[in-house]
Amino acid sequence: MNPDQLKYSKTHEWVAVEGDTATIGITDFAVHLLSDLVFAELPAVGKKITQGEPFGEVESVKAVSDLYAPISGEVVAVNERLTEHRGPGGKTIAAELDLLSTSPFADGWMIKARLNDPSELSNLLNASQYKAHCDVSQG
Amino acid sequence: MSYLFATADERQQMLQRIGVESLKTLLDQIPAGLQLQQPLDLPQSLTELELEQHLRGLAAQNIGASARACFMGGGAYDHYIPSVVDEVTSRGEFYTAYTPYQAEASQGTLQAFFEFQSLIAELTGLDVANSSLYEGGSGVVEAVLMAMRCTGRMERVVILGSINPEYVETLRTYFLDKTAQVVLVPAPTGTVNVAELETLVDDQTACVVVQQPNFFGCLESVEAIGQVAHRSGALLITSFDPLSLGILKRPGDLGADIAVAEGQSLGIPLQFGGPYLGILACRQQFVRKMPGRLIGQTVDQNGQRCFFLNLQAREQHIRRAGAMSNICTNQGLMALRAAVYLSLIGPQGLREVSELCCRKAHYAADRLNQIEGCELVFAAPFFKEFVIKYRDGANVAIRKAAAADIDIGPALSRFSDLDWISQDERDQYLLIAVTESRTKDEIDRLVAALSDH
Repeated sequence: MNPDQLKYSKTHEWVAVEGDTATIGITDFAVHLLSDLVFAELPAVGKKITQGEPFGEVESVKAVSDLYAPISGEVVAVNERLTEHRGPGGKTIAAELDLLSTSPFADGWMIKARLNDPSELSNLLNASQYKAHCDVSQG
Repeated sequence: MSYLFATADERQQMLQRIGVESLKTLLDQIPAGLQLQQPLDLPQSLTELELEQHLRGLAAQNIGASARACFMGGGAYDHYIPSVVDEVTSRGEFYTAYTPYQAEASQGTLQAFFEFQSLIAELTGLDVANSSLYEGGSGVVEAVLMAMRCTGRMERVVILGSINPEYVETLRTYFLDKTAQVVLVPAPTGTVNVAELETLVDDQTACVVVQQPNFFGCLESVEAIGQVAHRSGALLITSFDPLSLGILKRPGDLGADIAVAEGQSLGIPLQFGGPYLGILACRQQFVRKMPGRLIGQTVDQNGQRCFFLNLQAREQHIRRAGAMSNICTNQGLMALRAAVYLSLIGPQGLREVSELCCRKAHYAADRLNQIEGCELVFAAPFFKEFVIKYRDGANVAIRKAAAADIDIGPALSRFSDLDWISQDERDQYLLIAVTESRTKDEIDRLVAALSDH
């Protein structure tokens, strides 16, 4: 994903829209703030999410942060690499949370959802607005 | 510490040290209008001799279990406590320690709790145990709330009516502000009918709670109950008797997802109802939803083994209102007593204690069943306690036994949550528990006392 072309929420989630499918993750700014991520709790496929409402959690050693849905819809895919899951042959594979640090806008995607209402995207920030928002909150 | 020194000279020295004229000066920050202007209305003080005599008189109004033969059941029992338990736990380092918040300053405490957790995990056949909760009743509630979090089902829980009615009451108290339905399944034959249970468990049900052995002492079909729960995606919660695991299958082997217990039987005296010990263990997949303190083992920067508070992001001091529970402590001293007890008796000792309880209970049940006007109520297999029906009334039976320095009960009429048993029957029903501490002679004396109409 090209960060310049994404939409952002004030709570540091990004969203990329292709047709009626939205791919959602968290930004490098958020990952940097959280530091030392140890666990991500993501919703199951089929779960309904609502713009502005929590859809999951990320946990660092000292804190837990809610993940807020940037758009409303229904979860159609979850990035299983971010959670412990069974690989081929039934072997348990550990979560690869450093994907959030190394590739937050690509391999570190969190969920894909079917977008209910495209007009919700106008509630979000574009790349430069988001950057300004981050500069303000850092100052 | 039997004596605190506080002479007038010492008080003066302390006041001088902090640069204050009198004790009264320390109260100056309280507004004058709120300060009491007269002496407290207390009786004249007693001398040490008079005080001791007075307190001894008060204490003599109580009779402890050690002075009589205790056959009482219903959740707390007169099991034997080996002297090593008091010897280890009365050490100042353990006895006065608070629950640990700073790992670097509490390694001894943390190691003790880690051992406790390890013992409980092995005892239950489950993956992980926390470092304890307050007691059995709130433990059941914590397990139910945990199951709701794990399944995401917040609206319906199914509880077998054969669990301790005081645990049911505790659950109802916690649920006062919740919309969730608490479905109680009656057990008129002493155990639950699994087919009937199946009709009550649906895909909205978060959990099914079963006590094994149940409140009546009877053994439930836990595995079948677990299968019913799992078929609908609900979790199985078992409330178990720790000492029964010497001869009964472990909760983990029966399919329990979460196992909770009252740990009083593990080296803790009756103590007029507390402090007791809440035990909670669960499968690995649920560990992040567990309430309570969780101790982990790791290595420090020098590669030395050390202990720490694990997964703190579940707890209040990190998550505040989003925490898994409002509990932010554990029953450290009681957990240590249980750990010492279990370490001492080991698997073989556990088996021996279990067998003794079971055999003695069955001997007692057989003899009591033969008394005219006295009979065993339920036909289901039992472990160490059972319900008898005394024709002349449960309270009459209790009085007759008491006259022989024997305590039995409780009478089921004490429990209004058992309203699916008729009032008439409840007036005649009472529990009798037989632990390894009871002798044949005591059992025979009980039989004699109740045979006397």
